[in-house]
Amino acid sequence: MRRFVLLTALLLAGPSFDAQAVATSYEIEGDAIAEPLTGHEGDAERGAALVADRTLSLCVLCHSGLVAPVHMQGNLAPSLAGIGGRLTPGQIRLRVVDMKRLNPDSLMPVYGGVAPGARVAGPWQGKAILTADEIEDIVAYLVSLKG
Amino acid sequence: MRPAVRCFGLAAPLLLAASVAHGIEQGEPRSGIAFASPETRAMQADDTANPGLFWVLDGEQLWAKREGAAQKSCGDCHGAASASMKGIAARYPAFDDKTGQAVDLTGRINLCRTRHQQATPLPHEGKEMLALTAFVGFQSRGLPMAPPADPRLAPARAQGEALFTQRMGQLDLSCANCHEANWQGRLGGSPITQGQSNAYPLYRLEWQGLGSLQRRMRACMVGVRAEPFDYGAPEFVALEAFLATRAKGLPVETPGVRP
Ligand code: HEC
Ligand code: HEC
Ligand code: HEC
Repeated sequence: MRRFVLLTALLLAGPSFDAQAVATSYEIEGDAIAEPLTGHEGDAERGAALVADRTLSLCVLCHSGLVAPVHMQGNLAPSLAGIGGRLTPGQIRLRVVDMKRLNPDSLMPVYGGVAPGARVAGPWQGKAILTADEIEDIVAYLVSLKG
Repeated sequence: MRPAVRCFGLAAPLLLAASVAHGIEQGEPRSGIAFASPETRAMQADDTANPGLFWVLDGEQLWAKREGAAQKSCGDCHGAASASMKGIAARYPAFDDKTGQAVDLTGRINLCRTRHQQATPLPHEGKEMLALTAFVGFQSRGLPMAPPADPRLAPARAQGEALFTQRMGQLDLSCANCHEANWQGRLGGSPITQGQSNAYPLYRLEWQGLGSLQRRMRACMVGVRAEPFDYGAPEFVALEAFLATRAKGLPVETPGVRP
């Protein structure tokens, strides 16, 4: 088991960030992060809204099975319908935080860290796509999808 | 400890589903128009409905206009475009001897402006340049894309391929992630397509106007939250040179229509 320092970028990202609520590190065990990044569980309702927002979370660009009109959902990734029944909350958390830790060639962006991609545009430089709070809200929503 | 999960076993069923949907073989170049709705296809095919034809007509006027200190028109040197410009767009980007570099059609027209008309270069995405490239491109409509077997283009093509496969932006995606590995898929509601270059400049309904291939590539780069290259940058000419090799054999559609 190893400890990973939660990137400082997360501390800078987004206006909804609450400095008090973010853990400074997270533990990966096997293929999961058992503990919420913020120390407490997120809000599934806010998570549903975030997931439906194709410009902020981008999830529906690739995934189906989410709260969004079907014709707006992509098919580049497995459906997330029933995901809460297939994976534990900790497994879901690691996948949203850093899918590339499990599959280095994944299409799925790293949401809880700084992108390794070239030429990151100015406003996004050194920033994570989502804040720890947003990630926890999304995890809570996905956990609720029991199929 | 290393995570146990490495492989998700997804690619096969996804590809299967998608190829059934489109009924196409892997490895065959496909124009973006093949993925468009019947309405968009009909609009491209009908010259009285294709808005790009307005730019072609403007370009025809500009072809005959005397410009610069030389007071020469394109036509003064090149004669009738229907003969002299036929097939040109199909084999661009080409190699320019004097600069020793690959040059795209926009770059070539600006070289004629500065070298031969003694005029100022036209802005890349301005009305006049789009009209001229649409008009010159139109003279190749229906001809197969025919990138020249010129070994001097090899470095530009190799650079273009490297850029095409490089992961970029905050989303950390390469052009190839979408346009090679997932061209049969949908991103949100939109078909991804192979990202072919055979219809430019083209009329995009979303733009409500004509735009160049570089405008389209900039949009893709902005989409993955990468800093796009500047218009006319050697990186874009290199990407165009590589895209032309991928598009080999596809008919030139200029001016195309896309959603
Ligand atoms: C650019 C495409 C893309 C985006 C955007 C994306 N994903 Fe993914 N996601 C994938 C792919 C592809 C996989 C399959 C695993 C792999 O190939 O690495 C995946 C897998 C997953 C899994 C595991 C599914 C399983 O059945 O094991 C979860 C959970 C997940 N994504 C959640 C999300 C959430 C939540 C978002 C938005 C915050 C998101 N993804 C955004 C492409 C994407
Ligand atoms: C996240 C996926 C994605 C990435 C990454 C991406 N594109 Fe695209 N690209 C698209 C989509 C979606 C379209 C729109 C298809 C349409 O509606 O015409 C498109 C359109 C295009 C087209 C126009 C095709 C046509 O028929 O008019 C070209 C050319 C293109 N992309 C090149 C590139 C290049 C070069 C890169 C890398 C710098 C790139 N794309 C990166 C998704 C992507
Ligand atoms: C004074 C004569 C002259 C004028 C005016 C002129 N050109 Fe040219 N053009 C040339 C010459 C000479 C070449 C060959 C390349 C070179 O030496 O620059 C050329 C090459 C080209 C080519 C490339 C042909 C090929 O086979 O690769 C295109 C396209 C072109 N010109 C378009 C135009 C357009 C459009 C205009 C008007 C904006 C224009 N030219 C004005 C002389 C001219």
